[in-house]
Amino acid sequence: MTVDKTITGAEAVIKALVENGVEVIFGYPGGAVLPLYDAIFDNKNIKHILVRHEQAAVHAAEGYARSTGKVGCVLVTSGPGATNAITGLTDALMDSIPVICLSGQVPTHLIGTDAFQEADTTGISRPCTKHNYLVKNADKLCDIIHESFEIAFTGRPGPVLIDLPKDIQLTRVKYGKKINKIKNKLIKNKSKIDQKVIIKVADLLINAEKPIIYAGGGVINAGPKASNLLTELVDLLNSPVTLTLMGLGSVSNDNKNFLGMLGMHGTYEANLAMHNCDVMLNVGARFDDRVTGRLNAFAPKSKKIHIDIDKSSINKVVSVDFGIVGDCKEVLTTLIQEIKKLHNQNNLKSKSDWWAQINEWKKRDSLGFKQIGKNIKPQQAIKSLYDKTKNLDTYVTTEVGQHQMWAAQYFGFSKPNHWMTSGGLGTMGYGLPSSMGVQIAHPDSLVIDISGEASFLMNMQELSTIVQYKLPVKIFILNNQWMGMVRQWQELNHGSRYSESYTESLPDFVMLAKSFGIKGLRVEEIDKLDKTIDEMINTKGPVIADIRVEKEENCFPMIPSGAAHNEMILGSNDKPKDTSDAGLALV
Amino acid sequence: MSVYQNNEIKEEETSRTLSLVVDNQPGTLARVIGLFSGRGYNIESLTVTEIDNARNLSRISLVTRGTSMTIEQIKSQLLRIVPVHIVRDLTLEGPFIKSELALVKVVIKGANRVEALRVAETFRARTLDVTLSSFVFELTGKPLKIDAFIELMRSLGDTEISRTGVSAISRGNKTETKLLEQI
Repeated sequence: MTVDKTITGAEAVIKALVENGVEVIFGYPGGAVLPLYDAIFDNKNIKHILVRHEQAAVHAAEGYARSTGKVGCVLVTSGPGATNAITGLTDALMDSIPVICLSGQVPTHLIGTDAFQEADTTGISRPCTKHNYLVKNADKLCDIIHESFEIAFTGRPGPVLIDLPKDIQLTRVKYGKKINKIKNKLIKNKSKIDQKVIIKVADLLINAEKPIIYAGGGVINAGPKASNLLTELVDLLNSPVTLTLMGLGSVSNDNKNFLGMLGMHGTYEANLAMHNCDVMLNVGARFDDRVTGRLNAFAPKSKKIHIDIDKSSINKVVSVDFGIVGDCKEVLTTLIQEIKKLHNQNNLKSKSDWWAQINEWKKRDSLGFKQIGKNIKPQQAIKSLYDKTKNLDTYVTTEVGQHQMWAAQYFGFSKPNHWMTSGGLGTMGYGLPSSMGVQIAHPDSLVIDISGEASFLMNMQELSTIVQYKLPVKIFILNNQWMGMVRQWQELNHGSRYSESYTESLPDFVMLAKSFGIKGLRVEEIDKLDKTIDEMINTKGPVIADIRVEKEENCFPMIPSGAAHNEMILGSNDKPKDTSDAGLALV
Repeated sequence: MSVYQNNEIKEEETSRTLSLVVDNQPGTLARVIGLFSGRGYNIESLTVTEIDNARNLSRISLVTRGTSMTIEQIKSQLLRIVPVHIVRDLTLEGPFIKSELALVKVVIKGANRVEALRVAETFRARTLDVTLSSFVFELTGKPLKIDAFIELMRSLGDTEISRTGVSAISRGNKTETKLLEQI
């Protein structure tokens, strides 16, 4: 049989991307991907965004994916191109973000010879991808691309890497369309949600006197409908709800039952409600160590229910009474139905005592701060930024550190998919490239990268990308000239010995902006803060706003390392007992 | 298990035999092994071979050790690996057979040669190679039996050992056919 092989492998790859709905690809060319770049050259269906470093390509794809619910797509060359992408892939794995990364590879006959720009990319990326491929047979190319999209998206999402040797890209192949069989193979837990467990859980929730709902990124990943369902459940039970860093936005910040973020820098009321609850419902969160604090003192008197799409998350660090494996949207749907059924027969337990107790905790005003003197408090900077942008269509990305926690605490999120931050891996330098991906997906929205000066320096080469594509990203740098969170831990745990945490030789950010032909703003006094924020928002193009803030401000409240939820410190005057030896060893 | 290990209630670790069906493709074994090293689990024994050429499937028989919580983690984590299709806990499922093959070379001259042959006969080992100063025995059976045989041979002369690791299967008439059909 003669087969009409009319296109090159590279063309087939691009065609398969388009078939899978890819509109934008973030990448950087090099020797081993020239055929792919040639295939992109006159393809009208895919827009390529040239980044300035491959790590940024992955973060941009993550920002794109998280703000749209689609798969992000990355294209890098072999060797250094692929190794540079590793941090981004690990970040996507930790935060369960669907990303496809295509990497070039030396031709198959040179693999293993230490050829120029050769690296064992599948070997290196194996532990930081959900799955990866080295394509050695061009006939399998199309199937692999199609399958990779299913893998990235099915179940718990994650990054998938496809390593493409240059000769495979040049081989002529017959294009193969997507067949729908693949997905079934990937769903290994084919059992349906156990209705008996749902009934028991519904009963437990209805009869709870001191319930707490604690939700995370799984709700965001399950789509906007899951967030609506979660809110419905919260209202139905009149239960307090707290969100993880990853889950912010799934319940609106103005919901009366929302207690704010929980965990290491969560609110006092959220953490104490966790500690004292009788029933805890975890929806799509994973009992991360930033959330639980000391495990043997974690919510000691509670029955725990855990909904997660990944079976391995259940009973991984915290033993629960009921584990439900499934998509948050589906499980919440059935759970709400069951609760409504029971609700008619049997009245909800009064929660007035529980709410009275929570309101007492709220009175401590754990996020309170005093803006005195001329210096700008970083908390005030975020608060003012939020006040001025809350009625706009605003997306926020962050880097990692104090500014990230302040953003989580003082910026309010009323919708899912509007908050992009590196949670699991804690990648400094995430926010700027991520904001590019968000802006490309939402060209008319206001996209703000809340940044710190140290994190910004980690990927500031992307200013060039931002200028090239005229991305009107607003970079809001809380500049305290310290790696603030490192400094804070050194103050608390290492006797204020500030080893290497001062950011020496910072650039003049206004001049830096100028050198890229974009607007730079600087503010040092509190009375000019509002005006600066206004100017930033009202500028059409990209802006770097250098917000000089109080240098030695610490991020509170805080659960010190190795402490429990009820051992929070609320401010600098609230001197904690010394960090335990076990606590000192923790990160 | 966790960063706060000191506070955990210690549960006794037990040995478990897991039986996996995986796609026979490059990288699968590396992912399985990487999971164990990356997450700090133990592998006591591991064997891998293709079992279905037409469907391109391999079996991994794996002996590991841990508390029941750890073992449950290991099983769920294994199932997250895309080319891993079936993870069975033979220890938990019921009676099963665990068998291993060993090749044992022993260098012996003089009177001990007779003793070596007598021991081999007792263990039902086959003699695969003989020279005037050495034997190579082949022995199959439970790992403990092989341990005992090797110990005896070591006391008789200089030895060299090659073992396959444990291969395992459940007793009775139940097969995996139905599970395999779902892949």
